[in-house]
Amino acid sequence: MTINPSGWRPDQGEAGGANEAATVTGNRALMLEEPLLFEIGGLDRTGVDFDEPVAAPNRLGGLARTSIGLPGLSEPEAVRHYTRLSRQNYAIDLGLFPLGSCTMKHNPRLNEKVARLPGFADIHPLAPVDSVQGALAVIHLVGEWLKTLTGMPGIAMTPKAGAHGELCGLLAIRAALEARGDARSVVLVPESAHGTNPATAAFCGYAVENIPATAEGRVDLAALQGRLGPDVAAVMITNPNTCGLFERDMIAIGEAVHAVGAFLYCDGANFNAIVGRVRPGDLGVDAMHINLHKTFSTPHGGGGPGSGPVVFSEALAPFAPLPFVEKDGDTYRLVEEETVEEHHGQAFGRMCAFQGQMGMFTRAAAYMLSHGADGLRQVSGDAVLNANYILRSLSDVLEAPFEASGPCMHEALFSDAGFGGGLSTLDIAKGLIDEGFHPMTMYFPLVVHGAMLIEPTETESKATLDQFIAALRGLAERAKAGDASLKAAPVFAPRRRLDETAAARKPVLGWRND
Amino acid sequence: MRYLPLSDADRAAMLDVIGVSSVDALFADVPEAARLSGPVEGLPLHASELAVERQLAALARRNLSAADAPFFLGAGAYRHHVPASVDHLIQRGEFLTSYTPYQPEIAQGTLQVLFEFQTQVARLLGCDVANASMYDGSTACWEAIVMARRITRRGKAILSGGLHPHYVSTARTMAKFTGDVLETSVPRLDGTAEGEMARLIAAIDDETSCVVVQNPGILGRIADLSELAEACHAKGALLVAVVTEVVSLGAIKSPGEMGADIVVGEGQGLGVGLQFGGPHVGLFATRDKYVRQMPGRLCGQTTDAEGKRGFVLTLSTREQHIRREKATSNICTNSGLCALAFSIHMTLLGEAGLTRLAALNHANAVAAAERLAKVAGVELMTDTFFNEFTLRLNRPSRPIVRTLAENGVLAGVSLGRLYPGEAALENGLLVCVTETTTTDDVEALATALEEVLA
Repeated sequence: MTINPSGWRPDQGEAGGANEAATVTGNRALMLEEPLLFEIGGLDRTGVDFDEPVAAPNRLGGLARTSIGLPGLSEPEAVRHYTRLSRQNYAIDLGLFPLGSCTMKHNPRLNEKVARLPGFADIHPLAPVDSVQGALAVIHLVGEWLKTLTGMPGIAMTPKAGAHGELCGLLAIRAALEARGDARSVVLVPESAHGTNPATAAFCGYAVENIPATAEGRVDLAALQGRLGPDVAAVMITNPNTCGLFERDMIAIGEAVHAVGAFLYCDGANFNAIVGRVRPGDLGVDAMHINLHKTFSTPHGGGGPGSGPVVFSEALAPFAPLPFVEKDGDTYRLVEEETVEEHHGQAFGRMCAFQGQMGMFTRAAAYMLSHGADGLRQVSGDAVLNANYILRSLSDVLEAPFEASGPCMHEALFSDAGFGGGLSTLDIAKGLIDEGFHPMTMYFPLVVHGAMLIEPTETESKATLDQFIAALRGLAERAKAGDASLKAAPVFAPRRRLDETAAARKPVLGWRND
Repeated sequence: MRYLPLSDADRAAMLDVIGVSSVDALFADVPEAARLSGPVEGLPLHASELAVERQLAALARRNLSAADAPFFLGAGAYRHHVPASVDHLIQRGEFLTSYTPYQPEIAQGTLQVLFEFQTQVARLLGCDVANASMYDGSTACWEAIVMARRITRRGKAILSGGLHPHYVSTARTMAKFTGDVLETSVPRLDGTAEGEMARLIAAIDDETSCVVVQNPGILGRIADLSELAEACHAKGALLVAVVTEVVSLGAIKSPGEMGADIVVGEGQGLGVGLQFGGPHVGLFATRDKYVRQMPGRLCGQTTDAEGKRGFVLTLSTREQHIRREKATSNICTNSGLCALAFSIHMTLLGEAGLTRLAALNHANAVAAAERLAKVAGVELMTDTFFNEFTLRLNRPSRPIVRTLAENGVLAGVSLGRLYPGEAALENGLLVCVTETTTTDDVEALATALEEVLA
C-alpha cells in the first residue's frame, strides 16, 4: 500500500506553482473554475422547448407578472455548468467519508433505479387509494421491518428527517401525558446527546435540563436517578451515544424513567451500530426515530432529503400521527381523516402535508430486502469491527479518551491532546483533505476537547481503512511535532481555507447585479 | 453480501489487531438479556439484485402512474414535465453522494448550487433573501408562523380559508404544543378571493402575529394581497404568503411584490416530481431585515486564503448544533438534492421558459375549464385561476373520483377528501391542468363525467 507515491509534501511549497500562475483562465486542466449562472445566463435564453399555447382568454384577474430576473442557459450550457460544479465536490463515490454521527456509506444504485420506477415516482399523494396499492404496500413493508427490527409495536412513517422524527416522538409523549391528565414540564437530555434533542424539546414547550456524563463517557445513572421526578416528561438518550459507546445501563435507565411515570426517548441516529443485534424495545425504549437515510441508505445529496420514521412502545402507539397505512386482508388503506374516531381517535395530528418520504421508503425497502435479516446483522458487526480497528490502530498516536471504557460501537473518538505549535483538530481535518479524504466529524461531542469522531461504516474495505489510518497517523505525528505547515492546509482542494467569519459578519446570501 | 467488502480473512486479521476473539465480543456492553444470538426472527434473509428488483417492480405495477391515465390532480402536488438532463445531472455521484457542505473547501459544487438556488428562489417569490430549502411547503408554512411569533412577540395567527387543509392541520398540530392560537376557517365554494381578503382584514387585531394566505388559494382563486399586506402592517402584524404551485409565479405577480413579509412555497413542481408526497422541497424567503430570524440553512459568499471567491454555510449561530435549546428551530437539514433538481430545472427554463411554461399551463386550464363547464351537472366555481379550478358537481364528488379512477381516469381531488365532514364542500372537485394534459385527456374526463353524472 503506497500513499502519496510522488513523495510531495506541503512544506515543499505549491507543486507546479509557476504553471498555476501562468494559466490565463484560472482553470487547472480538469479542474475548471465555473462562474455563477447569473454571470453566464441570459433572460432570453432557455434550454426547454414548448408547444404553442392554445388561444384562450386570460383569467389571472389582472395580476399578471411582468419581470422576474431569472437567467437561463441552453441545454448544453446547463449540462456543463452543473457537471463542472459537481467536480468541486467530495463524495462517497470518490472515497471514504469518516463522519461520526452521520453515517456516510455506499449508496447502492439499485435503490435509485427502483425509486424512479414510474409506479412509485409518478403517482400523486392524493390519488384514489385503490390506484396506489403498491405504494401503500411499500410503506407498510418498511414499517413492518422497522417494527420487527426494533421490537416495538407502533410506527409513524411521516416525519421527513431525523429531527422531525424527534419532534414526532416528543409530541406523542406529550399527547400521551395529556391524555392521562398529567402535565409535566421538563425533559432531561444528557450532555452527550445530539444538539437537535434539546432544540426539539424546547420547541415542544419543555424546559430542558442536562444530565452529566461520567468519566467513562456514559450517562451518569446516579445523577439521572437523582433528578427524576413527577415533573419529568421524558428522558432523551442517544444510544449508542455520541462518545461512540453503548449505554450499558440502558435497561436500568428505562426502569427508573418508567418508575416516575416518564417516557424514554431514544435518538436512533446511530441505529446502524446495533441493527439486527439489539431490539431497542427490549431495552425499555418508548419512542425512537430512525434516520432511514443513514441506516437504510438514501444518498445524502449534499444535505438531504432524509426520512425519520418513529417507532413506539405499546403506551405511545395510539398517539402516532396521521396519515398512516393499515392492512386489511389483501388491501391497504390510508387513514388520513382526523375525524375517524374508530381508527385512531388519539392521533396527535398531522406533521406534514402528505404521507412522508416515499422516495426514501422505496430505497429503504430495496436495501432491507437486499441485506435481509442476516445481512443487517452483518452490517452492524462490520461497522463496529471497522470502528474498533481504527480506534486500536491509532490509539498510540492520538489520545482516545474512552478507550478504557470498553469496545467502541460504530464510531471511534479521539481528542487533540498533545498537539504542539497551536495546531488543533481543524488543522488535522484540513490536512486530511490534502490526503484525499473527507475530514472526520470535528469538535463533537462537546464533552471531549478537540473531538475527532470517526465513523468508517461497514462498506469500507480493510485496504481503505489502512490507507486512512496511515494518513491520519502521519498527520497526528506532524501535529504533535508542531509542524506549522499544517496551518496552510488544504493546498490541493478547489479552495484554500475559506473566511467563514467574514461570511457571517456581512452576509451575502444571493447574487446581486452590482 | 454484495455491499460488504470485508472477507473472513480481513475480519480475522482486524480482530487480531483489536485483541478480541470475535465480532460478537465487541457487543459485550449490550446487556446480555437484550442481545440477539442470530438474525431477527420474522424477516427474510438476503436476496440478489435481480430478485429485489423483480419484487419491487411488481409492487410498482400495482400503482396507476400519472403517465398512464388522463390525470388532473393538484391540491399541493403538481405534475410537470421534467427535462431529461435534470435527473441525469442530479444522479452524478459527486452531487448525489456528497455530504452536507460543512467542509467548504471540498464542497464548492453543492455550495455554489445553493447560492444560486437562494438567488433564484428569492427572485421568484419576490423577496430579498431565501434560505437553502426546507422539508416541504407545509413544514415551511409552520416555520413561518413560528418566525412571525418571534418577530412580533405575539401568538395569534390568522389562517386563510384558502390555505391547503393539510398545511392547516400541520400548523394546528404544532400549535397544540407551543401555545400559539390559530384562527382557522374553511373555504366557501361560492365565495370570492375579494370576500376572503375583506374577511381577513377585518379579523386582524393587536394580538395578531401574522395572517397566512395561500395564492392561488386551495380552490384555485387568485387574490391581490396588497391591501391585506397594508392592513397587516398597520396593525404590526406580518403577512405570510404560501405558494403551493411554484410554476404559477411565471404568470402571477409574486407575493413579495404584493407586500408579503415571509413567502413560503412548495417547490416540488420544478424538477422534483410527484413522488407520492415526498421528498418535496420547501421554499422560504423573507425581507433582508428578518434574515437572522429565518430558519434553515443559508449559504453565503466569502473568499479563501488566496482571495478567490468561495461559498460557505453561514449564520449557523441560529442553529441547533450551536444553540441547542435556544435554537430558532430544530431543523437540522435541508432538501439539498431536491433543491438541486429545482435549480437545474429553473436554469433550463430561465425567465423566458418559465413564462412560456406558465402561459401554456394557464391556456390549457382555461380551455379545459370551459369544456368541463359544459357538462350537464357541472358548474365552474372559480372566476380567476392559474392552472387549477373548482367544479361543483350535482352530487358528492368523492365517490365520483373513485368511480372514474376504476375506469382509468384520475379526475382530480375531491373536496370531500380534503374537508371530510364539511357538507357545503362535498360536491366540490379540484381539477388541475398542466402542460402535460392533452385535449384528449380533457375530452376523456368530460365524457366520463357526462356518463357518471347523467
